[in-house]
Amino acid sequence: MKKEKKMTLTLPVEELVGSGNLACQGCGANLALRYVLKALGQRTVLCIPACCWAVIDGAFPHSCMSVPIYHCAFETAASTATGVKAGLEMVGDLETTVVAWAGDGGTFDIGLQALSGAAERNDDIIYVCYDNEAYMNTGIQRSSATPTGAWTTTTPVKFPKDRPKKDIDAIMAAHRIPYLATASISYPEDVVKKTKKAKSIKGTRFIHIYAPCPTGWKSRPEDAVKLGRMVVQNCVFPLYEVEHGEKYTLNMKIKDKKPIDDYLKLQGRFRHLKPEQIKLMQEEVDHNWARLLKKCESA
Amino acid sequence: MKPKKEIKKIVFQSAEDMPTMPMSIGNMLWNKTGSWRNIRPEIRLEDCIQCGICWKFCPDMSIEIEAEWPVVNYDYCKGCGICAEECPAKCIVMVEERK
Ligand SMILES: Cc1ncc(C[n+]2csc(CCOP(=O)(O)OP(=O)(O)O)c2C)c(N)n1
Ligand code: SF4
Ligand code: SF4
Ligand code: SF4
Ligand SMILES: [Mg+2]
Repeated sequence: MKKEKKMTLTLPVEELVGSGNLACQGCGANLALRYVLKALGQRTVLCIPACCWAVIDGAFPHSCMSVPIYHCAFETAASTATGVKAGLEMVGDLETTVVAWAGDGGTFDIGLQALSGAAERNDDIIYVCYDNEAYMNTGIQRSSATPTGAWTTTTPVKFPKDRPKKDIDAIMAAHRIPYLATASISYPEDVVKKTKKAKSIKGTRFIHIYAPCPTGWKSRPEDAVKLGRMVVQNCVFPLYEVEHGEKYTLNMKIKDKKPIDDYLKLQGRFRHLKPEQIKLMQEEVDHNWARLLKKCESA
Repeated sequence: MKPKKEIKKIVFQSAEDMPTMPMSIGNMLWNKTGSWRNIRPEIRLEDCIQCGICWKFCPDMSIEIEAEWPVVNYDYCKGCGICAEECPAKCIVMVEERK
């Protein structure tokens, strides 16, 4: 072959998620866990409630992962992780990182009480929510993470969702946990950096990862990474960190804020929207962005 | 890049074969997801700048690096097209799958 050159690899090379798994083509959730495990390494236990990832992993007695996982009930990701951590401590293992790995339904909705309990006790776990903005595993039902205007099977075109996405990060910040971060699969180096930072901190750490879902969003699989980038650049999903519930840090300054139109156009779940609805959604995005900037400035 | 794991589907003949604890004892490599594909990525290495972006964004760990060059593992590539979309040199083309 031509010129001698090294391949540029900006992420750890170890793969702890294996091929042959059951994720759809272009699944953002698949990338999310791939990156998080690259950051955490082999000494990690995952607690996975009912969600797409409980299926992606493969059926008993197979698992696509090279780390142990504990399949738990839908509402119990945080409390299961707390229990696994306590068990490991009892047998003298203080090294292993215990991670609760749940979808948005398992986090924003049904698992919120368990998560709040763990956060209030400041249990020593990393809680990661991969956010595909609906209950995908059971066939695309609305969750409280579904954005305004989106179609799902329970918010049909005639009655699209009329409530804003729940601000889970503000809820977690209100618990004054030591570390909280938002991330997107389209910025893998940032995902790895934040996960490593979370690993170095003790107490409850929360990472919220934006994970595009071609199947549920009716988007093209090849656009998954593009969508994860667009939401950061149009401020629909800004990247930031919060320490102890107070110190807000914006990770990506946006100079040239893009309108949301192009991001909406790539997804069938927004196809029915009329210009006046898009205008309202843009206002909501602008409002949230201004509010976040204020928090970052006053921190 | 790494030594390959064993590719084997585990089938239990009877209840006695099952582990006493319901634990995973095998990987998913027997599940050749390449058969899901209807378009396949082909890398034109003449134009490749070895940036590693296709490797970084492949959700199925199907871009391998051999002697510093990207190689598609067609046993598992699901044909999502992310690699072709993200390649800055535009040197990956998605072509109709030959069946
Ligand atoms: C108590 C309980 N209620 C309902 C279900 C059915 N169920 C399994 S997964 C799921 C949706 C999960 O949604 P989310 O957490 O967003 O993960 P995703 O599938 O989107 O990855 C539901 C409703 C269940 N397993 N347990
Ligand atoms: S439904 Fe969405 S999140 Fe679930 S496996 Fe498919 S692409 Fe991934
Ligand atoms: S088409 Fe998708 S699965 Fe196949 S190599 Fe490219 S990114 Fe990976
Ligand atoms: S993304 Fe394109 S240019 Fe970069 S390594 Fe892959 S094939 Fe080569
Ligand atoms: Mg979901």
